[in-house]
Amino acid sequence: MKTLARRIVIAAAAAALMVGAAHAHRAWIVPSATVVSGDNAWVTLDAAVSNNLFFPDHRPMQVDAITITAPDGSVVKPANASVGQYRTTFDLKLDQKGTYSIAQANSGLNASWKEGTETKRWRGTMAEYVSQGIDKKPGVELTLSNRRVETFVTNGAPTPIKSTGKGLELSGAHPNDLYSGEEVTFKLTDNGKPAANVEITLIQGGDRYREEAGEVTLKTGADGSFKVKVANAGMYWLEAESRGTASMEGKSVNTMSTLVAVLEVLPG
Amino acid sequence: MRTFLTLAVPVMTAGAAHAGGIELTVEIPKLSVAEYHRPYVAIWIEDASGKVAANLSVWYDVDLKDSEGEKWLKDIRQWWRRTGRTLNMPMDGVSSPTKAPGVNKVTFPSDKGALASLAPGDYKLIVEATREVGGKEMVEVPFKWAPGSEATASAKGKEELGAITLKLTK
Repeated sequence: MKTLARRIVIAAAAAALMVGAAHAHRAWIVPSATVVSGDNAWVTLDAAVSNNLFFPDHRPMQVDAITITAPDGSVVKPANASVGQYRTTFDLKLDQKGTYSIAQANSGLNASWKEGTETKRWRGTMAEYVSQGIDKKPGVELTLSNRRVETFVTNGAPTPIKSTGKGLELSGAHPNDLYSGEEVTFKLTDNGKPAANVEITLIQGGDRYREEAGEVTLKTGADGSFKVKVANAGMYWLEAESRGTASMEGKSVNTMSTLVAVLEVLPG
Repeated sequence: MRTFLTLAVPVMTAGAAHAGGIELTVEIPKLSVAEYHRPYVAIWIEDASGKVAANLSVWYDVDLKDSEGEKWLKDIRQWWRRTGRTLNMPMDGVSSPTKAPGVNKVTFPSDKGALASLAPGDYKLIVEATREVGGKEMVEVPFKWAPGSEATASAKGKEELGAITLKLTK
């Protein structure tokens, strides 16, 4: 299936094109449709962490961690939610016209250090980090992580996605207005600012049926932009990860932001 | 015949008899399939830049309970993307029930509706069909819009649409 990788044409702003290493345990939220119409529009969604896209084979995503944001910014509860062995499923009625975001977002501080040959891990607040003496552990690494797993569904005409200003987020091209053979320019932001030189991975779903996943890796330009053009319509899994350092309450912390977006490309 | 009438009874030409425009025939093929549903069909005019210049027709299940037919309008994909998604359905003079297989004739007068404001120039008439548990097809017929002049153009679909003929009448 070498031709597939060739047929997925991706033009990166930084023109960095290479095939990355295989990644296991991918998180995703997949809607049954991304473009719907009418006054009684529903979609059903699956949320899971799996190896193959988008086949549940590992564990379900916790439904309480998922937030649905309606076009007007209000929060909508998932309907008919059920957590199964391998995947969580829930429904969404799109009462408003416009674009809904369905996301699992979390952030937290975690630390790691070595005690002999053993790697110790810790999770908590900055106050606990100090009060529990974690900051005094030899060689401790403190990381502030932001993670967002998202998808989008539009009833009627697409409306702009409001930035939360936290972690990595997509803007620019509309995620529910993607067509095969047409190039679009997305913009990646990190805490609301352009995310430059961030690595992005794009894989088409259905990799179980291909010898090679056809995974493509690219990088954002200085302004956070990257261009995407795919030959095949289908459901795609996009992942971006940025690492850096920041200062938090006078302490130097590593930062790690991850974004996963499931995007449907319709026949152009 | 029309010329004769015009000369003989000039006062009548101001009426309906003079309303030229587009006469369109859209052939919906008869298909031998296990489960057949009439296709949803959208007909529109696109300008040279690819923008929708006129919405002519959308044939769908307009009379289903709870506007259930609108649920499937997004499956007329190219129409939905270009114009359908921004429209409020049903649309007067545009929405219409689905048509049976055979040659369906529709006319659009040049002095009414979408054609009344169409500037002279080069356009494409586009017919897009999508059938429940069936296929999709889009047929394009390029034409020059010059109200008052006559012309014909045609194109043919392969699966979901048959012959499309467009006749411009005075």
